[in-house]
Amino acid sequence: MIKRIFILLAILGLILMFLPFLRDFEFHQELGELSSQYVEGSVNDLNSQNVVTAVIVTYRGLDTLGEVTVLFLATAGVGFLLRKKKTSLKSRGSSELLQTGSQFLFVLIILTGIYIFTHGHLTPGGGFQGGVLITTAFLLLILADTNLKFNHKILLFVESISGAFYVIIGLFGVLLIGMNSFLDPAILPLGNFGKLLSAGAIPLIYSLIGLKVGSELTTIIDKMGGE
Amino acid sequence: MIFALILGFLLLIIGIYGMLTQKNLIKIIIGFSIVDTGTHIIIVSIGYIRGKTAPIIDSGVDLKNAVNAVVDPIPSALVLTAIVIGLAVTALMLSFVIKLYQKNKSLSIDDYQELKW
Repeated sequence: MIKRIFILLAILGLILMFLPFLRDFEFHQELGELSSQYVEGSVNDLNSQNVVTAVIVTYRGLDTLGEVTVLFLATAGVGFLLRKKKTSLKSRGSSELLQTGSQFLFVLIILTGIYIFTHGHLTPGGGFQGGVLITTAFLLLILADTNLKFNHKILLFVESISGAFYVIIGLFGVLLIGMNSFLDPAILPLGNFGKLLSAGAIPLIYSLIGLKVGSELTTIIDKMGGE
Repeated sequence: MIFALILGFLLLIIGIYGMLTQKNLIKIIIGFSIVDTGTHIIIVSIGYIRGKTAPIIDSGVDLKNAVNAVVDPIPSALVLTAIVIGLAVTALMLSFVIKLYQKNKSLSIDDYQELKW
């Protein structure tokens, strides 16, 4: 009983903390200075149609690199905790209809995922969304066939290669442009606004992020499916 | 969108309440996910500007006047990264729960007293 009262008090305190913020909150009527510069820069300097992508890949590129590292650490943690594979229970196996259907859908979902991360600078979407979509394709395969085994070497290879190339592309910025230009997309020609091959290295970097996120989350799902 | 802001805070409080009251480890993780979602809604609604469109400068937006036509892109970018991190952290927590259950055959938090004082 005393615990309930404490919990209610904590919730009440939380509400009291949030109330002034809610009461005094005023929505912006215009973009702030930093946001305006991001929008202007994305249109004029980077040729990237999607401003969010420009912010993630270029202006806050170092944050994104750190975030990919956090994702890698989480994957490593899951892999460390669930490393002992139990003897897989021999199930009857799914029907041929289910297997054929899932393999047919698998290709389509992978294609959609690749489309989303290569068009990250043009349309809503990008590496993270595309990577998650690719993972759902693998999840479909796991759900449709419980005896499925993935080749971990390929997953590991894709993940390390994309992570390494991400950093190498960032270092090319330092090498070709200047000391302050880590992850600058201007190392490649910026192209025409609104075309697939535009915005310099942004599509390349986002594709690498997509591959990395896809392979990492696939590893997580595969480890969890083995338990 | 003051309603979205209120909804976000409501979800935040519901999630924290769930995390404090529930005994089942899986339910605590669900509470964490609700807090996560509430935070995302709050951040996105802070960046909203009435009558403006998504920060994607396609043919529907005047290129010269782009700054006055779009909502704030920074909260969207922050939430995009927060969602992926939330997913990874949830996966890590769930694998901890799997290990704990394999060891002690219990999902109730009352059975784990090693860190209690």
